[in-house]
Amino acid sequence: MTVPTEKAGPEETPPGSRPAPEAIRAIPVRHYGRWISTLVVLALVYLILNAFAGADVNYGAIPDFLLSASVLEGLGATVLISLLAMAIGLVLGVVLAVMRLSKNPVTSSVAWTYVWLFRGTPVYVQLMIWFNLALIFPYINLGFYRDEMSDFMTPFMAALLGLGLNEAAYMSEIVRAGIQSVDEGQTEASHALGMTQGKTLRRVVLPQAMRVIVPPTGNEFLNMLKTSALAASAAQYEELLLSAQNIGRVSGAVVEMLFLAVLWYLILTSFFSIGQFYLERYYARGSLRQLPLTPWQKIKVNVAGFGNRGGLG
Amino acid sequence: MTPMVKSEGVHKSFGATHVLKGIDLEVAPREVFCLVGPSGSGKSTFLRCINHLEKINAGRLSVDGQLVGYRQKGDKLYELKEREVAAQRRDIGMVFQRFNLFPHMTAVENVMEAPVQVKRESKAAARERAVKLLDRVGLGDKTNNYPAQLSGGQQQRVAIARALAMQPKLMLFDEPTSALDPELVGEVLDVMRGLAEDGMTMIVVTHEMGFAREVGDSIVFMDDGVVVESGHPREVLTNPRHERTKSFLSKVL
Repeated sequence: MTVPTEKAGPEETPPGSRPAPEAIRAIPVRHYGRWISTLVVLALVYLILNAFAGADVNYGAIPDFLLSASVLEGLGATVLISLLAMAIGLVLGVVLAVMRLSKNPVTSSVAWTYVWLFRGTPVYVQLMIWFNLALIFPYINLGFYRDEMSDFMTPFMAALLGLGLNEAAYMSEIVRAGIQSVDEGQTEASHALGMTQGKTLRRVVLPQAMRVIVPPTGNEFLNMLKTSALAASAAQYEELLLSAQNIGRVSGAVVEMLFLAVLWYLILTSFFSIGQFYLERYYARGSLRQLPLTPWQKIKVNVAGFGNRGGLG
Repeated sequence: MTPMVKSEGVHKSFGATHVLKGIDLEVAPREVFCLVGPSGSGKSTFLRCINHLEKINAGRLSVDGQLVGYRQKGDKLYELKEREVAAQRRDIGMVFQRFNLFPHMTAVENVMEAPVQVKRESKAAARERAVKLLDRVGLGDKTNNYPAQLSGGQQQRVAIARALAMQPKLMLFDEPTSALDPELVGEVLDVMRGLAEDGMTMIVVTHEMGFAREVGDSIVFMDDGVVVESGHPREVLTNPRHERTKSFLSKVL
């Protein structure tokens, strides 16, 4: 005989020496809130879609230009400047973090000052200053390289320096947090084996710090993809937004081209988020007994066990 | 014969806390030397001074006739450079209470790491030796497991293999079984017993009086930063002369 109870969720009966008691077949708690919220969300989505469908937008123009040469060029420029600026930010960020944590008071205060300066000023202003550097330094002379500043500081160079150096300030704080999250015992064990400070950092501390560093770095990179749009107006760098706007100005489809840019930014950020998932999974090895399933593995599991709810939340 | 470890009047303070108040002792080669005492007595700190994880404030501490962390020229002491300190540590293996295995490396990678990175051994040769060492501590079938996939006792045995991979002349054990389930203590002590039989010089900070009595060649009882009593383990553990030793042993035995 089964007695309906109000217990939520089926529970496994522990195996015992006595005959196993009958499994509980309870009626689950009804989640009325879920039904109500579904209705509310559907109504809101309908209203929003309706509003945009009725708006004075020529949606047909978006697919027409989605893959046009100048949009793709701008897209490439956005990706290129983001990757390069991030690379500068990452390398310089690690260097600054190590400097900041070093016992040498000179290097640590240099790193502190750098972060203070670049994190404390708008990146838009930094980009404008780099681009207009020729006004205060007409010539660049690095000893091995001399040129007129206006020839050297192209929109690309200004965007690269502006975004990269600004990013380094943020990255150094992220890397510092990561390094400090690694247990002191790891450094001691490594030193006890005769490894030097540098080796310890490279082989033992940084690989473990990556688990803490990667998620906010992914965040930074998505931010970078979007912030690179500032380089358009501050340094005339022709990236995605600017090339979309140029088309809009010529064709008269101003808002449509903004939507087009929005679409591309979403595609870009989605694509790189997937990359971040796999990177996090890689650096989780050793610290989790079981790595999280990839989306592909999840689909396989779900298809195999369809209807078999419960277990994994 | 030069003693493996010689400590003369070693003092150590952390800020205002005076942890070691003049430690004098000698450890002979091939000796198993046990350090016991209540927590906070300074035994772990002393152990960490031997491989310069802690800097001593006064006295002289030498390993195999070489001052630890300093060079003496005339009557002046010069601090060693980081690289030279690292070189000194190569010959001193250390096993920690909390294992401190590298969690992002498999067991065999943990053992290979120092020979490859510090001694510049080839990866193939280091791996071959690492597998043999893991075999020796009874973990030949766990070479590719990550530390998180091993029990505490297994992790500690990997840690011992990792220290042995540098072919040290001295092994330091800092309460190697204190973080283990009682059931797992035996497997780690067995490995240490085997090491002692092979003639390794070992300094062991421990609460395992049975191990000290059975394997130890000498024992030192420390309290409040000083050596209270020392001698042969059977002597000290069965016939303690000092009140402090007696009251401590009555609680742990």
